Amino acid sequence: MRAQTSALKSKDLLGIEQLSPEEITLILDTAEGFKEVSERPVKKVPALRGQLVINLFMEASTRTRVSFEIAEKRLSADTLNFTASGSSVEKGETLIDTAENLMAMAPDMIVIRHKYPGAPKMLADRLPASIINAGDGAHEHPTQALLDAFTIRERLGRLHGVNVSIIGDIAHSRVVRSNIHLLTRMKASVTVAGPPTLIPVEIEKLGVRVVNSLDEAIDGADVIMMLRIQLERQGKLSLPSLREYYNTFGLTPQRLRRAKEGVIVMHPGPMNRGVEIASDVADGPWSVILNQVTNGVAVRMAGVLHSSLS
Amino acid sequence: MNLLITGGRVVDPSQRLDAKADVLITDDTICEVGKKLKSPAETIDASGLVIVPGFIDLHTHLREPGQEHKETIATGTRAAVAGGYTAVCAMANTIPPNDERAVTEMIIAEAARNGACRVYPIGAVSKGLKGEELAELADLRSAGCVAVSDDGKPVTNPQLMRRALEYGAMLRMPIVAHEEDPHLTDGGVMHEGFYSTLLGLTGIPAASEETMVARDVILAQMTRAHLHIAHLSTSGAVQTIRTARKAGVHVTCEVAPHHIALTDETVQSFSTNLKMNPPLRSDDHRRAVIEAIADGTVDAIATDHAPHHFDEKNVEFDLRHSRFATSGSCAKRSSTFRG
Repeated sequence: MRAQTSALKSKDLLGIEQLSPEEITLILDTAEGFKEVSERPVKKVPALRGQLVINLFMEASTRTRVSFEIAEKRLSADTLNFTASGSSVEKGETLIDTAENLMAMAPDMIVIRHKYPGAPKMLADRLPASIINAGDGAHEHPTQALLDAFTIRERLGRLHGVNVSIIGDIAHSRVVRSNIHLLTRMKASVTVAGPPTLIPVEIEKLGVRVVNSLDEAIDGADVIMMLRIQLERQGKLSLPSLREYYNTFGLTPQRLRRAKEGVIVMHPGPMNRGVEIASDVADGPWSVILNQVTNGVAVRMAGVLHSSLS
Repeated sequence: MNLLITGGRVVDPSQRLDAKADVLITDDTICEVGKKLKSPAETIDASGLVIVPGFIDLHTHLREPGQEHKETIATGTRAAVAGGYTAVCAMANTIPPNDERAVTEMIIAEAARNGACRVYPIGAVSKGLKGEELAELADLRSAGCVAVSDDGKPVTNPQLMRRALEYGAMLRMPIVAHEEDPHLTDGGVMHEGFYSTLLGLTGIPAASEETMVARDVILAQMTRAHLHIAHLSTSGAVQTIRTARKAGVHVTCEVAPHHIALTDETVQSFSTNLKMNPPLRSDDHRRAVIEAIADGTVDAIATDHAPHHFDEKNVEFDLRHSRFATSGSCAKRSSTFRG
């Protein structure tokens, strides 16, 4: 294990773009220790006792919200969940007013999910609490990329030199942006694949290879990461039909035949079964999709802990 | 008032003058420009400074009538004077819009009462800025409008644009075009390029402006009208205008200071003060626009001063009602000449 830095540079975890390789390694190494906590009969450590964490979820979420809450509870923090529905957001209160009112009740940390890119940064620039980005529009989802990296490292033993192909709706995905920052920083090779309508312009400048063929993306990959077709974010013009998409880019056992021995298949969820991924793949021997979810708790414990110490 | 301004660099294109000289003002009138003038009047040392005639801003949003919480004719003209402007053209997208004589006359009357500089109203191309039928262009012209524009929105319907240009040709009045294809813009909030990809924000491609400039240049050629392109921001539009000029089309254009001073790279701050339409472009577009100023393709630098209320800007960048546009005719003049 490489020499560790003692803490993160920033009080906030807004994105992977701001993290150094040392900071990424620190969080992943800490998460390894926390994974063992989740396997104990008493799944709790006292690290954040007496601290208040508000989970401010302004957009729908299952995995991320539950995972953060479990992580905070296992660190012994007091947690409070706040969602847009049923709050004064429905009366037209602005994000800044909402956040400043929450801040007046002295939380130590706010975990925010929001549909607009930059919303976590708005809070971080204004509030003394630590802000953790739990996904902002199509911008970043740093803890997802960290748990993906943790899972790859756990399965393949390293990140350096690993070939990762990320396939699907690249344009609307925050997961892909955070993963590209993390994986390129840790010297993995990244390929993104999808139809040109779902590949954002100039993405190759982030240091990735771009292909428009599923077979090309599968060839030589150690890791295949499938992305959800974000039906709610598309105009009607990006895809002719889901049926055709499945036939062209859907990951099926047949398409996987050309893959490398030992390839792992990942998906950040929620899955559209039969659109980007066949159930036989999602539930098959290649899949580490539920391992990702399990690892998410340990990784978020590490992210929350280090942000609280910074 | 008597005043002697000494030692400045005096630039006045109308007199073909660009030289170090003194300027003597007697009874509010410039009565002499020359070397080493003497006068008992109050003297200002302008060494190292530039002395120019008052600027004319071709593109300002004064917000009155209707949005006085953002700006009024009184405050907007004071901001202009603070920036060195002595005349401004006021865009038509007020509430109600300046699409009929009564509104034009109100603006002219209020400018005479409370304005700090001359105000030249620009009327609307279409009734209610809806892009459906022509406003009464002849009536607007006779009421005092110097041009017409639906600025803030494009004239999407090409047939309406053709008819407006034909009417404009008859009235000897330029049609000022906000060039943007709403289908290509499609919810975009910044320039489409590397930074929109990095930030996950929806991009507005350069083609949104470039295709509309191409369309309107062809229509201007067909109608022999004077087309003026507002806030030009893309290299493709520059190229189209250069070619059209050579072919004898009567097309002029303006550039806004922020498009030559700033690029989309700055949007990484997610500051809504950097959200404008047309958006801040990438550096290759910025350089093409500067080159077009240098070679004379660009006729004017115009501020597109378009203030919004603080509350409207103190929100998420991507929020649909977080306003496009930028303010500060004062700051803009300095950013133009520093750059």
